[in-house]
This record gives sequence, structure tokens and C-alpha cells, in this order.
Amino acid sequence: MRLSPDEVIFWQVGFFKLNATIVYTWGLMLVLAVGSKLITRRLSMGLERSRWQNLLEVVITAIEKQLEEVGLSQPRTYLGFLGTLFLFVALSALFTVFPGYEPPTGSLSTTAALALCVLVAVPLFGIEEQGFGGYLKSYMEPTVIMLPFNIVSEISRTLALAVRLFGNMMSGAMIMGILLSITPFIFPVVMTLLGLLTGMVQAYIFFILAAVYVAAATQVRKLEPKPQPQPKAEPNP
Amino acid sequence: MDSMTIIAVASIITAGLTIAIGVIGPSLGEGRAVATALTSLAQQPDASATITRTLFVGLAMIESTAIYCFVVSMILLFANPFWNQAIAQVAGK
Repeated sequence: MRLSPDEVIFWQVGFFKLNATIVYTWGLMLVLAVGSKLITRRLSMGLERSRWQNLLEVVITAIEKQLEEVGLSQPRTYLGFLGTLFLFVALSALFTVFPGYEPPTGSLSTTAALALCVLVAVPLFGIEEQGFGGYLKSYMEPTVIMLPFNIVSEISRTLALAVRLFGNMMSGAMIMGILLSITPFIFPVVMTLLGLLTGMVQAYIFFILAAVYVAAATQVRKLEPKPQPQPKAEPNP
Repeated sequence: MDSMTIIAVASIITAGLTIAIGVIGPSLGEGRAVATALTSLAQQPDASATITRTLFVGLAMIESTAIYCFVVSMILLFANPFWNQAIAQVAGK
């Protein structure tokens, strides 16, 4: 039994292997990039619009709303990175409806790469927002004693992001393989439906967690108490 | 029993124990989380969007510990490093 799509090798020249993970990742990237390029080529500003433009607008506004609810007050800044993460993970789970396809997120290499992107992007967003010193100082909140713990949490949450997505996607494929050998009639269809649901939930969770990390890195300084409006003086009797 | 058999027996038993014991904690935790979320949903249905989102994120965080156990048991069963080392030693003889 295969543990990940890394082991399906289409083509190999010496050390260089072209495995299913790379092929499907590039396929997804092509679908995402070419699709959105084609749709946004003829955008209409009026009431009359194509159904594909409508779909993209629904997706983008939903992502923006989620980002705002997490606490990123200017979601457009982070839409490019976080929205792409969500779209990639969600699409890679959604495409399991096609036979012969295996989600590239079922390979630890892909999820580790995505988690490393988050690990790099969070300090970059933090530095952009609060400056270099300000961001470094946020590691020493609330006291200096917390410095190693903050660094360890930074690393461990990256590991958790990668392994969580990998484990969920891999377990879906694994359950399918086991069920196909035991009850190959109806149950695999039901489990595929369940796999679609968990894939969407995992994509949402990956995206929301990344957004929460970005929000935590960019907002540390904004927690200064706002000037409270003066309480109205009691009307003198 | 030669060393290969010992490694195989230990791996299989440990994989079963890993998933069996490791799932107890997360399942209890998820049950408590869902029960509390349902209670608060019944008390304030207006906040259902926030409660559901937080519930899903929390469930995923809890579930990830069970997923770690699953990954470890899968590695023990299908990609066992000790097994490969033992095979390499036998082949090297």
C-alpha cells in the first residue's frame, strides 16, 4: 500500500523523478492561474456579468470577510497569500472527484512546503507592519523569559500545520484503499463524499490558522487601549 | 525468532497500541467540545456563525493529536525505518 503520491513515478532520468505529486501540483497551479486569467480577461462592471466572474466574486468576498472576522482589518493586503493557500488546498481536495487523481496535499513534501511558506510569511508581514525591532520585541512579550517558548511555539505550530493537513488527506486516501478491498460496492462512494467534506474543512482550517498567525504577528502593537469616551457627567439634580 | 520477526511483531503491536491509546484523549476532548458548543448554540442561536467557526478550528486542533498518532502508526506499518535497516543489514551480509 502506498503512503503518499510521491511513490507514483511517471518518468525518471537518473536522480530526477517526475512523481505524481509534482505533476498534480503543477496541474492545479495551471488550472488556478489559467482559469483566473481567462475569467478576469473580460471583467464587466455592470449588472450583466458572466457566471464565472460571479463565482470568483463570491469566493473572493467570502475570503475577505473571513479575514476581516479573524481580525485583519485590511484583508486586501493578505488576500494574495492567504487566499492562494486556501484555493490551492481546497482545489486539491475538490479534484478528488476525478478518477485517477490523487491530492498532492497527501504528500508530506507539499504540506511541509506550504507550512514553510507560512513560517516565512508571518515574520515578513509582521516586520512590514511593525518594523524590524518592533517585531523582534514581540517575541519577548510579556517578559524576556518567554523568548524560548515563543520560538519553540513558532516551530511547533509549523510542524503541526504540515502534519495535520498531511495526516488528514493521507488518511482519506488510505481509508479509500482499505474499503475498496473490503466492501467495494457502495461504501467507497460514501467515504469519498466524507473525504470531500473533510478536505474542505481542512482547507478552511489551514487558511484560518495561517490568518490567525498573521493577525497575531501584525496586531501586537495595536492593542494599546483606545481613548475611552469620557463618561457623561451625571446630570445635576 | 530472528531480529526481523522481532521488529515486525514490535512494530505491529506498537502501531495498534498507538492508535488505540492515542485516540482516547482526543475523542473525549472532541465530545466535550461539541457538547459545549451545542449548549451555547441552543442558548444563543444568533452567534451561530462565530460558534461554528471556532468549533471547527478547535476540533481540528484537538483532532490533530489523534492524527499524529495515526501518522506514527502508519509510519510504523508501511514506512518502518528499523525494518529497512534490518533488511539492509541482512542484505549486506
